[in-house]
Amino acid sequence: MVVSSLLFPMMFFAIIGGGLEAASSLPGFPADSYLDFAFTFPLIQASLFGAVTAGADLARDVETGFLARLSLTPMRPVALLGGMLSGVVALGFIQGLVFLAVGVVVGVDVKSGFPGMVVLVLLMMLVALGFGGLGAIVAFRTGSGEAVEGSFPLFFVAIFFSSINLPRDLIESDWFRAVATVNPISYLIEGIRSLVITGWDAQALILGFVCALGIVALALAGAAFSLKTRMVRT
Amino acid sequence: MRDFFSVAYAVAWRQVHRFFTNLAFLTPAFFPIFFFVAFAGGLSRVGEVPGFDFSAGYITFQYVWALLQAVAMSGAFTGFSIAGDFESGFARRLLLAASDRRGIILGYVAASLVRATVTGTVVTVIALLAGMRVSGGVDLFGLVGLALLVNVAATLFGAGVAMLSRTQQAGPLIRTPIFLVLFLAPVFVPQGLLAGWISAISAVNPMTFILEAGRGFVLGEPTGATFAFGIGAALVLLLIPWALFGLRSAEKSG
Repeated sequence: MVVSSLLFPMMFFAIIGGGLEAASSLPGFPADSYLDFAFTFPLIQASLFGAVTAGADLARDVETGFLARLSLTPMRPVALLGGMLSGVVALGFIQGLVFLAVGVVVGVDVKSGFPGMVVLVLLMMLVALGFGGLGAIVAFRTGSGEAVEGSFPLFFVAIFFSSINLPRDLIESDWFRAVATVNPISYLIEGIRSLVITGWDAQALILGFVCALGIVALALAGAAFSLKTRMVRT
Repeated sequence: MRDFFSVAYAVAWRQVHRFFTNLAFLTPAFFPIFFFVAFAGGLSRVGEVPGFDFSAGYITFQYVWALLQAVAMSGAFTGFSIAGDFESGFARRLLLAASDRRGIILGYVAASLVRATVTGTVVTVIALLAGMRVSGGVDLFGLVGLALLVNVAATLFGAGVAMLSRTQQAGPLIRTPIFLVLFLAPVFVPQGLLAGWISAISAVNPMTFILEAGRGFVLGEPTGATFAFGIGAALVLLLIPWALFGLRSAEKSG
């Protein structure tokens, strides 16, 4: 699980970072190198991979009857959710460290320096927690690992229909720019990205943290409610 | 020879019937459409990069890659389908019943071509709705020919892997190499604008020549077409023994 959630995002990062390097010569492009700009991609995608995998594990617990047996014990169901989400956050932490190390090796210049890297990892852990909560909602609502895996394209769409590949002001299509503007993922990306390509951008960071905390709050509330419903059904 | 074609016809008919009775047969079109909309919509400004010389616009530029991806994924999904047939036991009964087993591969290839035609048409219609400009005219048949070669090559590759592994768990072994070959081509900008390691890899990637020739056909200015067709045909010729090797392995496994 850890290897695939590290390998695939890095592969996409390498391909997109290399393939779109020419885009950095567009007038108004905010970074010197597309590699720096694209560095957010593996961080966000890795959180998504972790969330889907962890959600599928939870769904397996439902499918195999583990959750049903658990409901007969004194253990509080919320502990199961807490344990699963702790794993997702820990994975997000490992991913953040590994990607930062790889990024520095391949030449990504983090403008905000070491303190920025700490904030970046923190924000990434919040994103992982939010996505993990969303994965848990799907797992508890459907009780099917296949359904959780099937939700992967939806998460993927949310990531690509954002400012992940170009800054919003450089997106030419009006409809795409409008979608990217209302997509909260754009603000997570821009918050993380600002630490890499700009340095300390208070507005981008505040928006990034507000969006991340909003997603976390909604996802945790949804996951807790779905778990309660699932336990009643069980 | 008659046995060969009758087996191929039976397998192809069954596969096509399965496609059209289950909407999931359109699944191979999902990712190409998604990437097409995401890249053509979100990256259209990339068409203004200095040196980006493609007069038909960025949507058309991305369409050719999306089409090739759709037909290649149709081949990959046929591979998944073959693996599913082995898991369900159908393929073993088929191997027992077929008088000329090589016809099984031809049957799957023929069915994959039907699938690719449908998914390719879906991608094309979406591209036209999105504002794709085509100035190729008769040259477009060249793009269709290249797409068919890519589909046959991907199907033969998928069939070989599926018959060797005989399990759907081999899905990533079919899908990942195809994805890599597609993504390591000049997806976002022409080959001339790539730099660094990806430029070096795409320069020797066979998909690059097919993709660039396909873009030439859409523009009505075919370039490197003979070479691209040669590469497509060579891929097919190389992958026929691979698929037959998979078939022999499945026969030996009983």
